Amino acid sequence: MSALEKTLDNKSARRERPWKALGKGPRARFAAFREEKPHLFLLALMMLVPLFMINPTTWAVLTISGLAMGAMVFLMASGMTLTFGLMNVLNLAHGAFISLGAFAGATVLTVWLNGYSGDSSLLVNLVAILPALGFALAVAGLVGLLFERLVIKPVYGDHLKQILVTVGGSIILLELIQVIWGPNEIPVPRPDALRGAFIVSDAIPLIGGIALEKYRLIAVLLGLAVYGLMTWVIDRTRVGVLIRAGVEDREMVEVHGYRIRLLFLGVFVAGSALAGLGGAMWAMYREIITAHMGDELMISVIVVIILGGLGSIKGCFYGAILVGLINLYVGFLEPRLAAVATVGLMVGVLMWRPQGLIPVIKV
Amino acid sequence: MSDAILTLSGVSADIDQYHILHGVDLEVPAGELTVLLGRNGAGKSTTLRTIMGLTTVTAGEVRFRGEPITGQPTPRIARQGIAFVPESMGIFSMLTVRENMVLAAVSGRMDEQRLNWIFDLFPPIKKFWDRPAGNLSGGQKQMLAIARAVIEPRELLLVDEPTKGLAPAIINDLADAFEQLKSQNVSILLVEQNFNFSRRLGQSVAVMSDGKIVHRGSMADLADNEEQQHELLGLGLGEHQ
Amino acid sequence: MLNAIFSGDTPRSRPLTAILLVILVCLALGPFLFDGTRAFSTLGMICVFIVVVASYDLMLGYTHIVSFAHTMFFGIGAYGMAIATDAMGNNFTAILVGLAGAIALSVVLSLLLGLLSLRVKAIFFALVTLAVAFAFLSLATQLYNITGGEDGLRVRVPRELGPAFRPFDGELRGFSIVTFLSGLFTEPGNLGEVLRESVFKVRFSGRELMYYVAFVVSLLVFLFLLRMVNSPFGRVLQAIRENEFRAQALGYRTVFYRTAAVIVSAVLATLAGVMFALINRYVNPENTLDFQLMVFILLMCVIGGMGTLYGSVVGVALFLLAQNYLQDLLRLFAAQVPEGGVMAELVAPDRWLLWFGVLFVLSVYFFPTGIVGQLRIWSQRRKPAA
Repeated sequence: MSALEKTLDNKSARRERPWKALGKGPRARFAAFREEKPHLFLLALMMLVPLFMINPTTWAVLTISGLAMGAMVFLMASGMTLTFGLMNVLNLAHGAFISLGAFAGATVLTVWLNGYSGDSSLLVNLVAILPALGFALAVAGLVGLLFERLVIKPVYGDHLKQILVTVGGSIILLELIQVIWGPNEIPVPRPDALRGAFIVSDAIPLIGGIALEKYRLIAVLLGLAVYGLMTWVIDRTRVGVLIRAGVEDREMVEVHGYRIRLLFLGVFVAGSALAGLGGAMWAMYREIITAHMGDELMISVIVVIILGGLGSIKGCFYGAILVGLINLYVGFLEPRLAAVATVGLMVGVLMWRPQGLIPVIKV
Repeated sequence: MSDAILTLSGVSADIDQYHILHGVDLEVPAGELTVLLGRNGAGKSTTLRTIMGLTTVTAGEVRFRGEPITGQPTPRIARQGIAFVPESMGIFSMLTVRENMVLAAVSGRMDEQRLNWIFDLFPPIKKFWDRPAGNLSGGQKQMLAIARAVIEPRELLLVDEPTKGLAPAIINDLADAFEQLKSQNVSILLVEQNFNFSRRLGQSVAVMSDGKIVHRGSMADLADNEEQQHELLGLGLGEHQ
Repeated sequence: MLNAIFSGDTPRSRPLTAILLVILVCLALGPFLFDGTRAFSTLGMICVFIVVVASYDLMLGYTHIVSFAHTMFFGIGAYGMAIATDAMGNNFTAILVGLAGAIALSVVLSLLLGLLSLRVKAIFFALVTLAVAFAFLSLATQLYNITGGEDGLRVRVPRELGPAFRPFDGELRGFSIVTFLSGLFTEPGNLGEVLRESVFKVRFSGRELMYYVAFVVSLLVFLFLLRMVNSPFGRVLQAIRENEFRAQALGYRTVFYRTAAVIVSAVLATLAGVMFALINRYVNPENTLDFQLMVFILLMCVIGGMGTLYGSVVGVALFLLAQNYLQDLLRLFAAQVPEGGVMAELVAPDRWLLWFGVLFVLSVYFFPTGIVGQLRIWSQRRKPAA
């Protein structure tokens, strides 16, 4: 590198990272942390500030619940962020897949395998729960396949038309759900093994004695498992390399001989299936479902993918946790402001970092 | 002249509402390096993109090894053994150098011998193997782009202005690398503005102007004929770096 | 003269001109042509939504800005009026205060949204507006001591705009087209009787007065927008739609124009919300702020024809008629289909939206320019042949 290039490089580096000018002190280190790891910075801030307003045991319960909600929202949002990142497709019908998964899962739990989910043994419950989640995954994935071929394929590359046809497609899907399952809300009793709570031993300081709902812990674990699996696929496998490459430059992926449409179809189906899984989890969490539940959850999903940076799985994960936490904290302090706080968080982050916390693509 | 591996006959192509190519006739002889010259906007890059199926052909035919490939989707054209290095190089900057190479090896695994040959050809590839490709310098990116194109044996290489914006020393390295590829009997179609570079490597040459081929012949003939250079390229290329 | 009123942008298609004339006559003489409260409220909603959809088209069709916050501004107008009359009583001062307050709030909010769109790219804007509109909906639902929550608010309109007020003493008569046409089919021989039966008594009250206020406002707003999109300002918006970079390169500060379009559109939606509150005299989250309403606005705009203001008139008329009367049609179908089974569910009157959704998706694929665009294409195609 020539001397001139080096100075130019330094200059641009300074322009991009002005906090470097602060030197090496703790303030500079803090600024560097804030700018280079904005997701962790915001997460820490989000968890610490409420500690001053809420007593520690309540805080712990809220935090676990927030993580659980975040995990479920992550399942729903991950597919949408990837379809956008990979193919620049904005699927506003994503919420309908959440509803679809919820209804599919509920059918297995309450109709087909009702006897099993009513039993109090965990093993017997699992006979109902696992097929329910699997069925939700499969139905949403299959409908996703049809949806991509019939509705989205003809409008690649045209955002306006994508918004229009996916809004139309969403109406159709929601109406079909009501045709099949009827227009009324359906109660989904949670299987017995997932009811109840663990009591944290009194020996542990601060949070001793609090009750952690089992289901929330399971949601957190499932969310982490899916996040781990997705991270592994994306970071370590060949398909993951192709997906990351496709997010960056579709044309060059084709130039190397890969059919990106097929790859995209796969991602779309997987994303729809995950939305369905998230919907089924949400159904058991809320224990009541309506066709329009997906629309309501879409707001959280949209906030999450904007927060995280469109196309970023990592950003989506942290965004989902932030949304889950702020919902629970604010919901506890002033229930009426939970939704406003969620959207406020999004607007705030956009003002600070217009591309989201962990941007991958330039839109 | 040996048999042509690639033939374009009367190829026309549009980008949006603009007609870019008006009946391009071009032959790339097998096992040779053909240079495509011409001024900016003459349609050289579009010609390469059209061969790859990245722009829509409105008339004419592209044949590869005698088989028509006109209108086929890009991935299918690529899999028949054509590699393309665009002007922008098309490096995946978020991926590591290794991942860039893994992706280019369509068969799924990299041949060790071939990889070692590439490491010899372009030492920086080995040095920065696990670094993000976005951190490479311009010349190193160009090396990676060409390395990707040759990680698997391919019959035809389409390379768009590899010397653009590179320091003379690096251009020399690149020229050496192309010499090696030539000796391996790979057919290459090279778009260039740098006449010295072209003269050193090229066997046959084609000159484009306004979306048409206006001259075809051997490189040696054109290199010797300054008057023709003037006429075709508009300036004495001897002094044009 | 006519050309000046239409700002040089005439319908340019004979069938379209005919349709528009029919709509205009029906709206202008509405209370005298259709008998019954359902028809009357449909007419009023058509006037209100022409303003809503035409102003939405200014963003969507003319500038390609996709906003999902249009209902938010509509709701601000409606709630502004409801809250003002609730607090200050049913007088015209309250109406003025409500109108001014609502418009001020809309201007501020739309300015903020416009500025936010400075920071984020176009595709983000749609998502951001969706989230902001949702936050507003949730706020309106939750702050029940001000907004009445889910139950909503009654709007206390001044006596002059209510049913008790009689502007004229004399008796007015109308001529029911529906009765006339159906009579014409069922008893074509008995024309005199049919004609006599078609005449009905119109009780012209303050409600009809309010209807005519809405009609006139709607007409003026429409002509204003028509002037606007055909002015240099409107041309710049369309240039931005076609190619923002190029518009910028030509020296237009596109950010200014985009923000201006968003603000004008928001203010007009607020105005429509005010009229809605005064006509409907009852506002709640569902009829002013719901996401489904937003989707309906989008549907009306696209089906009528984006980027043609006439399209919003046609789209609104068609959609509201479908919303109010397609269910009757499906009920006829449903009567033919045996009870139970999926088929019966598919044609159940409540599922009218399913069919509209299918129609909508198909029209985006096959008639992307909407009804008006398609009519214009057809008449243009016929012209060289003739």
